[in-house]
Amino acid sequence: MLTALVFAPTAVALLLFVLPRRTATVVFRTVWVAVSAVELALVVAIWAGYDSDGGTQYEQRTRWIPSAGVGYHVGVDGLSLPLLALTCLLFLACALYSLRENRRVREFAALFLFLETTCLGLFAALDLILFFVFFDLSIVAMYFVIAGWGHRQAARAALKFFLYTFIGSLALLLGFIGLYLAASPHTFDMVELTRQNPLAGRSVYGGLVLLAVLVGLAVKTPTVPFHTWLPPAHVEAPAAGSAILAGVLLKMGTYGFVRIAMPMLPGAWRRYALVLVVVGVVSVLHGALVALAQTDFKRMVAYTSVNHMGYIVLAVGAAAATADSSEQARSLAVTGAVTQMVSHGLLTGALFLLAGVMYERGRTYDMPSYGGVAGVAPVFAAMTGVAAFASLGLPGFSGFIAEFQIFTGSLGPRPVATALSVLGILLTAGLFLRALRQVLTGPLRLPDAPGTPRAFPDMRTHESLAVVPLLVLAVVLGVAPRFLLDVVEPASRSVLELLAR
Amino acid sequence: MSALLWALVALPLGTGGLLLAAGRRADRVAPALALAATVAATGLAVTVAFRHPTARAPFLDGLPLGLAVDGLSGLLVVTVTGVALAVLLFSVAEFGPDQARARFFGLMLLFAGSMLVTVTAATLPVLLMGWEVMGATSWALIGYWWREPRRTRAADTAFLTTRTADLGLYLAAGAALASGRDSTLSLDALARADDPWLSFIAAGLVVAALGKSAQLPFSFWLSKAMQGPSPVSALLHSATMVVAGAYLLLRTGPLLGASGWGDDVVAWTGAATALCLGLVAAAQSDLKQLLAASSCAQIGFMVLAAGVGATSGGTLQLIAHAAAKSLLFLAAGAWLTALGTQQLPELLGAARRHAVLGTAFTVAALSLAGLAPLSLWAAKDVLLSQALESSPWLYGVGLAAALLSAVYSAKALWYVWQAELPRPDARRVPVGAVAPLVPLALACVALTPLAFPPLREAVGRVVGGPGPLAPAAWEFALSGALALVAAALAWSGNTRALSLPGRATSVLANWLGLERAAHVLLVAPVMRLAHLAAAFDDRGLDRAVDGSAAAAVRLALWTNGVVERAMDGTVTAVASGTRTLGRWARRPQTGQLHQYLAQAVAAFTVLAVVLVLVR
Repeated sequence: MLTALVFAPTAVALLLFVLPRRTATVVFRTVWVAVSAVELALVVAIWAGYDSDGGTQYEQRTRWIPSAGVGYHVGVDGLSLPLLALTCLLFLACALYSLRENRRVREFAALFLFLETTCLGLFAALDLILFFVFFDLSIVAMYFVIAGWGHRQAARAALKFFLYTFIGSLALLLGFIGLYLAASPHTFDMVELTRQNPLAGRSVYGGLVLLAVLVGLAVKTPTVPFHTWLPPAHVEAPAAGSAILAGVLLKMGTYGFVRIAMPMLPGAWRRYALVLVVVGVVSVLHGALVALAQTDFKRMVAYTSVNHMGYIVLAVGAAAATADSSEQARSLAVTGAVTQMVSHGLLTGALFLLAGVMYERGRTYDMPSYGGVAGVAPVFAAMTGVAAFASLGLPGFSGFIAEFQIFTGSLGPRPVATALSVLGILLTAGLFLRALRQVLTGPLRLPDAPGTPRAFPDMRTHESLAVVPLLVLAVVLGVAPRFLLDVVEPASRSVLELLAR
Repeated sequence: MSALLWALVALPLGTGGLLLAAGRRADRVAPALALAATVAATGLAVTVAFRHPTARAPFLDGLPLGLAVDGLSGLLVVTVTGVALAVLLFSVAEFGPDQARARFFGLMLLFAGSMLVTVTAATLPVLLMGWEVMGATSWALIGYWWREPRRTRAADTAFLTTRTADLGLYLAAGAALASGRDSTLSLDALARADDPWLSFIAAGLVVAALGKSAQLPFSFWLSKAMQGPSPVSALLHSATMVVAGAYLLLRTGPLLGASGWGDDVVAWTGAATALCLGLVAAAQSDLKQLLAASSCAQIGFMVLAAGVGATSGGTLQLIAHAAAKSLLFLAAGAWLTALGTQQLPELLGAARRHAVLGTAFTVAALSLAGLAPLSLWAAKDVLLSQALESSPWLYGVGLAAALLSAVYSAKALWYVWQAELPRPDARRVPVGAVAPLVPLALACVALTPLAFPPLREAVGRVVGGPGPLAPAAWEFALSGALALVAAALAWSGNTRALSLPGRATSVLANWLGLERAAHVLLVAPVMRLAHLAAAFDDRGLDRAVDGSAAAAVRLALWTNGVVERAMDGTVTAVASGTRTLGRWARRPQTGQLHQYLAQAVAAFTVLAVVLVLVR
């Protein structure tokens, strides 16, 4: 079932190329939306059949390259299931959003379907090489999305994105090989490596492997100072590409922390946790401050991603302090980190799609060019307002559930760092309020097309269909988060048990 | 039982959310729906106030969602729903069909609903949720007329200021969990923590409460909040938002006491606010600004009460103030609509135009002035007598502040009761807008007996904690007489305004310059820092990345140009060397025997010499 979930999109993508070239674009669009919807239905079925206290489920294992200890091994647990579901939902939203896309629809749809496979495969992977393959393929697919359908300077931004994250992935590979060599018998299997804890008691070797893995993941997350590929990539990417890049691809980095680094390198993780805490706080504050200085809406949202990912790094760093905090606090921190991954995916996805709506009308992301948009596009204004408040961590939305858990769980072990990073939610409040005031309120002002101001029609149906479910889910998670937390909490407790070895 | 409590909070929140989601399509039904929800909520509030239910649902890991009604919160829920009902009734008459009524009524319901969550919260996470949503809805309400930039800017100021203070609650929650005393973070158990976490929790709560209640140094946001519609001010200043801070401090009194410093800090901050903002109020020439400053000052008394442990006195003050202040703002709003101004000099004689409106305003203003036999007079004395118990200085400052209340109330009254200005373009005040003021005015009178036995003891039992001290008769007489004298002096001397030097008046009129200070000391440096960080990102980090990429390309070019050429040159040199050697090797191959013989002789000679030498 899991294998079907992972590979179905790519199979359909290949089928799209079999169709004759003259096929009407509406067929491609329909197929794309239908496949994404089926994927979402599949993941809902998986969720329904998932037993939250049952550990890894839907496991599947096949020989692949046995001579090198590499196998095809997939499965879901409480850490990966929410991310699989988020991936399917976001890809469906992007398919709906792109219903009006006219440029090379077949290639666009195929590329997104392939990208969906890489994302799902990464979250389901239980073998390091499988993980690495999907990690790199996702970069390749995203490179083509940005370069092929992006804005003016897309080629340059895409190249930067590709090279930067590719170098990061090489560091990751180095770390994986380090783990492989330390294990006996040599293997890349995650479950086996987690059980063995091969680097226990080898502090230098363990530290170096952790460094390689962390650098690889930090580039992808991204954390300060490895984040400068993110703003240009987002600004130049098409809206759907940005939504996937921020909503799903960034999570690959943070997912790697809880899936690979914490359980497989517990000793080294505990020893160097302080570094993570510092990196987390710096990311939170630096991301928020730089976002505050932006005038470009999309760039601003991109920098808030750095800020939001910083909270996750802070939480997983603080959870390592086994001595000075209760089990409940550490579990809150890790659960909060996973919740933040889901929540950020929903909200940033929505914000980037809304940025796309804005660009589609005004042909610019420059905030001072707009004003009083609420008058001509009230629905757009309402959705942007809701997404912005959700993103600044207002209770009643998923962001609060995530950030409250992170702060509450991290304050005990790391009071100073947490007190500093709480300032992040104030800065994000300031920057979102300013953006809302500038773009939505005041007298009407729209960017000029040659000659006359452009029209700003309100949300169209396909755009609303893409954004509304994301926001609704953010509210549901904010009011009744148990259905998610029931799945995540047992998993985060088992991560903490593994970390405490 | 707990279903009642869930219904109490879900009804306004749910109806409000629905109205907002429906948008302008619901404009027609919005007032009726909102009123129905509020009436039902009021009924529920009265029921739960008697039955004291609790409700609990699983929420986060080990942190349940807990709601509970006890005596104190029971009084509060009734006050909140009652005032909300009056304000919404007024709004129905005020907000014409051309306005975005669904948005207005939806937000008002969310606002009142989140206040209900705040006062019924039994655990810190729930409190924080209600607390923050209330701040966000106040943002949307203050900026309700969003086409005017000054209003939206004011809304931003209000939200950011209160959120700055709210960070205290986030930290307090973390500290409470870290203290390990109560893993469910219930409000009652906070006081059991040990230092240093205890002080951490207390500090967080105190900062959050002072910010929400617009106490010093956060007061300025309340001046900005006046940019919202008048009904919003009426609700925000009386029974929700600003009193939430005072409520929190009254509720967590034991924590303040246990911390060893919290109670004094709170008491003196409250007293200082009552005094300073009383002066600010007296210096205003805008009716709504005067009322806003007076809210800070009156809530200062409640905060003072929380600091000295006068829970019943503070609660009485809160309820009495809610009745008076909502009425005053509604009346100011009615005049603003009818006469088009809220400037006192232009409101001359406003009270004479509409007898009922004028009388209601007068009753509330007299109550605000602390004149006997109105409710704020009595409530204030109950809490001040507790202050006298803890420090005569505190009592003195409190009395001085009470005196100022009389001054600014008399000032407002003086203007509205002068001879009427001719107003050709004035509009009528609708009856529907006046009707809700009457019960509020009656409440200003009817709440007085609560401050006297036997009802006072009953209130004490209901709110719990140590029973209220019985103020001596002289305290009542003294404060009543002082208020009367001060009011009379202010009335007679009003044409000269307050005899303060011009500079001091302008500082007071500008709310002590607090907003400017916040801008200069906080906002501007943060913005500078933000631009520095952005510049560092673009010119430092990003350039380093681009630079390293460029360096890689340069390295490639250098490799191509230098290393490649060197290597290729070496290979070519080896080849040509070999060729040269080959050419040399070809030389002796002449094919002539005598030359071969000569070469052989030469070679053997060399060989022989070598052999001889080596041997």
